[in-house]
Parts: sequence; structure tokens; C-alpha cells
Amino acid sequence: MKKIDQPILSKDPWQQLKGFTRARIALGRAGSSLPTKELLDFTLSHAMARDAVHLALNATALARDLGREGFSTQLVQSKAPDRMSYLLRPDYGRQLIQQSRRQLQTLKLVTASDSVNLVIVIGDGLSSLAVERHARPLLAEIKKNIPEQWKLGPLVIATQARVALADEIGELLGADIVFMLIGERPGLRSPDSLSIYMTYAPRVDCSDADRNCISNICSEGLSYEAAVKKLIWLAKEAIRRKLSGVALKDESSVQEIAVIGQHRKLL
Amino acid sequence: MVYRFSIGASRYQFNDLKDLLAKASPIRSGDCLAGIAAETYAERVAARMCLAEVPLNRFLEELLIPYEKDEVTRLIIDTHDKQAFTEISHLTVGDFRDWLLADSTDSVSLKRVAPAITPEMAAAVSKLMRNQDLILVAKKCQVITAFRNTIGLPGHLSVRLQPNHPTDDPYGIAASILDGLLYGSGDAVIGINPASDSVPALMDLYYLVDEIIHRYNIPTQSCILTHVTNQIQLIEKNIPVDLVFQSIAGTEKANRHFGIDLALLREARSAALSLNRGTIGNNVMYFETGQGSALSADANFGVDQQTCEARAYAIARHLSPLLTNTVVGFIGPEYLYDGKQLIRAGLEDHFCGKLLGVPLGCDICYTNHAEIDQDDVDTLMTLLAVAGVTFMMGIPGADDIMLNYQSTSFHDALYLRKVMGLGVAPEFEQWLKRMNIMNASGQIQPVEPTHHLLQGMSNHLLTLKTPLEKN
Repeated sequence: MKKIDQPILSKDPWQQLKGFTRARIALGRAGSSLPTKELLDFTLSHAMARDAVHLALNATALARDLGREGFSTQLVQSKAPDRMSYLLRPDYGRQLIQQSRRQLQTLKLVTASDSVNLVIVIGDGLSSLAVERHARPLLAEIKKNIPEQWKLGPLVIATQARVALADEIGELLGADIVFMLIGERPGLRSPDSLSIYMTYAPRVDCSDADRNCISNICSEGLSYEAAVKKLIWLAKEAIRRKLSGVALKDESSVQEIAVIGQHRKLL
Repeated sequence: MVYRFSIGASRYQFNDLKDLLAKASPIRSGDCLAGIAAETYAERVAARMCLAEVPLNRFLEELLIPYEKDEVTRLIIDTHDKQAFTEISHLTVGDFRDWLLADSTDSVSLKRVAPAITPEMAAAVSKLMRNQDLILVAKKCQVITAFRNTIGLPGHLSVRLQPNHPTDDPYGIAASILDGLLYGSGDAVIGINPASDSVPALMDLYYLVDEIIHRYNIPTQSCILTHVTNQIQLIEKNIPVDLVFQSIAGTEKANRHFGIDLALLREARSAALSLNRGTIGNNVMYFETGQGSALSADANFGVDQQTCEARAYAIARHLSPLLTNTVVGFIGPEYLYDGKQLIRAGLEDHFCGKLLGVPLGCDICYTNHAEIDQDDVDTLMTLLAVAGVTFMMGIPGADDIMLNYQSTSFHDALYLRKVMGLGVAPEFEQWLKRMNIMNASGQIQPVEPTHHLLQGMSNHLLTLKTPLEKN
């Protein structure tokens, strides 16, 4: 038989562009299909993300560590008793169990006209890995940057939590504004990405349109510094304008650039 | 009105039309979550038998969500074409299925009656159809749209090139765009989901894609998938906005949850039209939908998720989009639990959209907390290609590193084009041939390192400046 000296795989001659993104570019092809190596690589990543979804947050250990860093913490639970219920019943994840409600009711913050009550919630969401890796450094960065006249309430750690759980928590504690730090759905290459949701005047009937979101906080995504800079800008605007959500646009970079370099023609 | 049905000694009762529709739906976790699904297999079939006897007329009399309370209902009723309806007004839902499948019902007749079909009628008949019926009828529907190229011609499959990046890095996005173009993807739209909703960051993205499209004369369009209010602002600033995007849902309340209403969508469309950027057509909107969005906003009013989804297509139809994308598995296992439910939902959405006259594509996708994998995606994409789906997603390696989900890839599109003999939008095909990416027989061919696009883009990438920096 005649030996075939043509390569089986067709390699893409733009390998150097892989330096610009973690997206799966320049994979090459077998015919027009994925090469075996790439196929198996993808399959492994999916398997690892599947495993990450089911990892439980060690809330007690997190509370202990945060306690050492000077935070006063409260552990609460949503109405989802386990991971499977959490996945199939998002409504459970948006409500506190009765015991957690009572626990927070006793801690209601005093409203004062010259200060702002801020409540921060940490929720496991769909990736406890994200919380375990990023919640502490992110909190340190937030603490460093919050204005003096803001009063930080108890730090609430919520398990089997969905985003909207922060509204109930914020309302019970009498927060003017609530930040929810929560694990995102794991991706193939970022099983540990965290989001921050901000709601002004949180209450149980708030909708997604009332929230602002800063997403993709992870080592390969948005840095803690950048995320907190955006967050504090948004929160200050929310307090000044007494609203949050779609009516509040993130124009932080516009403002900044306008101050830094007024010679630049912006629009 | 109460609906009753008996099978032998068993008597079934359905409280009203929406209850009947919900009970007749193929099982899915979202309807179970809503507490409206049939409780037994037999009850589900009884509901279907009962539904088969309901006259289509009934859907114009018994409204699932009251006219006074919901602007989507008002849109559906107020734009219903009574003249066109005379052709099918004598049919029951069961007859309607037979009529749709009949050989005498062709593309022309389907187009003629489309404005007479309400989303509820489409949803109802789909519940009586098997997967093969959904495929067969959808294949007969033709919905052709245009902006800078022609989308939806029979025998064609377009691809939305989705070059997302977790920090909107222009180099990262451009690298993915290049990867997609060299694989022959991007004729539906180059559409970016931005991580940021900051207006200046969005401006950079618009300029980036616009520059690539114009520098290489690519007959395609761009879209940045940010909230519609952002896009209106950007149009007012004269930023190069091709298509205006918005997520839409099937009830007024669900849309309010997205921060939109019909008036806002009409305003956005007028704004996009005012820029006059289409060269061969004026379909300026790009919508995304997905089963479960109404329920997740607590805005389903006891209507099953597939019927809510079909109602969103009434909004799309009203605004003449270039593309409408059902993002079928994005929302999670609480709405579509596994591969079987995903496949069924994808086929239903595509059928309902096409029947109503909407250019329906599908983001065949899943998240890592669902019981779905790439084999299910392969199955659904193959079925949808048989059904004549307008477009699908093209994402490097099917892995979206910004939205954290898996979809379809440039490779997948090549697979479908190969096994099904499908073409790309003709204007885009000419461009691919001019660029030597596609050979004369329509095959995507490997490019040399010296390829014009590769050299140009790489050099360009390395010296890429945003308009801000240029000034």
C-alpha cells in the first residue's frame, strides 16, 4: 500500500492569536470536525464543571475565617433543603427559612438620616468554589473602599442561595443598599467566577430590573480592584439618585476619563 | 370555560383553556415547577384528545391572559388578520394539525395564513404533534429577511458569530471573530454579549466590529447584546449600531421584568431605522427568547412555558426582526431538565416561530447544572437543520468563556453544512470565495499563513486602537 504522507489533521495557522483569549480558537480540524485531542479536552472540562456544581460551601469555616478578619457574621439558609431541590426549585432559593428570618429580625439596623446602612450577603449560588476563592479578598477590597459615613451591617452568609435572597435579607435588616456576592454558574474554563449584585432599598418584591450586576470576577476575568471600583461608583450613584437597576447606567469610566484627560474628544 | 373529557370510565376536567394547554404539554420541569403540569400520563393524553376537539375560533374568544391586563394579549388580538383566518377558521386544533401536514398546504399557503395564526393556536397544535411533525411543517415555512445579506433562503443555514470575552477585551474578541470568519461563520450576525453595560465600553465594541466589517467589506451585520435603553442612547450619540437587540418574553409583566415594554421596542426600532445602515434590507431587530423566562419573572399567569414562549414571537413578528433566537437550554434544569426536554423544546420553538412568520434560529445550549451534554446538542442541531432552522450559534469550540455555557461551534456549522448540503447567505458566500476561505465547490478550505485576512487582521490586531485612543 502506498503510504499517505499528507497530515490527517489540518492545523490553523493563527496559533499566535491564542495569546489574546482563552476562547477555544485555532483548534484545527479533522475533515471539518474537532481533532480527538480537542474533543477529549472539552469533555474533561465539562466533567470538572459538573463536579464543581455539587461541591457544598463550608459556611462555618468561611464564617470563622471572616470573623478573624474582623467581620461580624450571620449564617442563614434558604428554603432549599439540598442541592437537588435547589436546582429544581429556584423559588426555594429566594426565600429564607423561618428560623433565619427570626434570627435576622432581631438584628435590624437603626436608620439614621446622615448615614447609609450597607448589608453584604455572601451566597453560594451555583459555585461554592467561587465563594471560597474570591469572597474574602473581595470583601477586604470593599471594606477598604467604602465611604466613612456608610455603616456596614452584619455580614450574612447564605447557603443554597439565589440572587434575590439578598432582597429579603436586606429588607429584614433595614438596609439602604445590599451587595450580594454570589457564585456564578460554572463555565468550562472558569468554575470559580463570582458576581456582585447591588440593590438599592431592597425589598422582597424587587425584580431583576432593580439590580445592577458586576459579573465575571475571577483570576482570569475582572480583578477585585476593578470590580470594587465599579461597585462603589454604582452604589454612590444609587444612593444619590435613590434607585438602582436599568435606570442606573455604569458610566464610571466616562466620568473618570472626563476628569483625567479633558483634551480627549469623547463622543 | 370548563373542558371535560372521558376515556372509558375515567373523567377528566380542565378548568379553562390555559389549564387544558398546560396539561396537554409534553412533560418538562418548568411546568412542574409552576404546578400546572398533568399529574399522570393518561391525564396528559386526555388533555390532548380534548384539545384536539377545540375549534381554533375558541382561541380568539377565551384569552389566556386578559386583554385589559396585558399588552401582549392586546397586540395578538388587535393584529389578528381576520381575512386570512377565514381559510382555517372552521378547523379544530386536531384538524389544524392535519391541515398543516397535508401536501396541499405548501410554503405559499403557510405564508398566507401566518398572520391569522395566534401564538396560542401555534402552541396548541404543537402539543398534538410529534417531533417529526414539528420538523416537517417548519421545513415548509419560509421566512426570508435582509440587512446586508439575505437570511433564511431554503437550503441555507446561517451562523451568529459569538466572540464573547469575559472582560470585553478587544484583542480577545477580535481573535475569536477572526477564528470564526476563517471557518466560514458570521453571516447571520457578529453578535457580542458584553460583560459590561458601561456606555463607553459598549462604544468601543461597536467601533471594533464596525471597523472589521468595513475594512474587509464583509456582507454581514453587528450587534451588541446590551439593554435596549443603552442602544437607544448609543444611537442618539451616532454610534454605528446595525441591529438592535433585546430579550423579550410572552407577557407584559415578564417584559417589565426585563425593563421593557412594546412602546420602548418600537422606539428602539425607529431609532435603528433612522441610521439607515442596511444595504439590501431593513430588518433591524435581533430578539432573544427562551422557555421559562415568564415563569422565572413570576409572570406566567398559569400559562405553560411553551405557550408563553410562543407569545413572545408575536412581539418579534410585530417588529420585523432580521433574526430571532430561542436560547433553548440557557435558563437551567428547573425549566428544561435533560436532553429529551431540551430537544423537544427546541423543535417546538422553531416550529411555532416559523409558523408565525418569525426568522427563528436556535442557540442550542446548556449549562453545567443541567443533565445535558454535547451529544444532546448534536442531536438537536441535526434535527433543527433538517427542519430548516434559520441560524445557529458559532462559538469557538462551543465554549462561551463569558456567559459560562456550552453551545454550538464553527466546527458544528461545518458538520451540518456538509451532511445536509446547506449553504451560507449568498452575499456572504461570495465574500468567502473572494477571500479564498471557501473553494469553488462550497467547501471551507484551510488557509495559508500568508492569507490576506490573517495577515491583515493579525497586524491590525497588534496595532489595534480604540477610537478613544485614536483621538
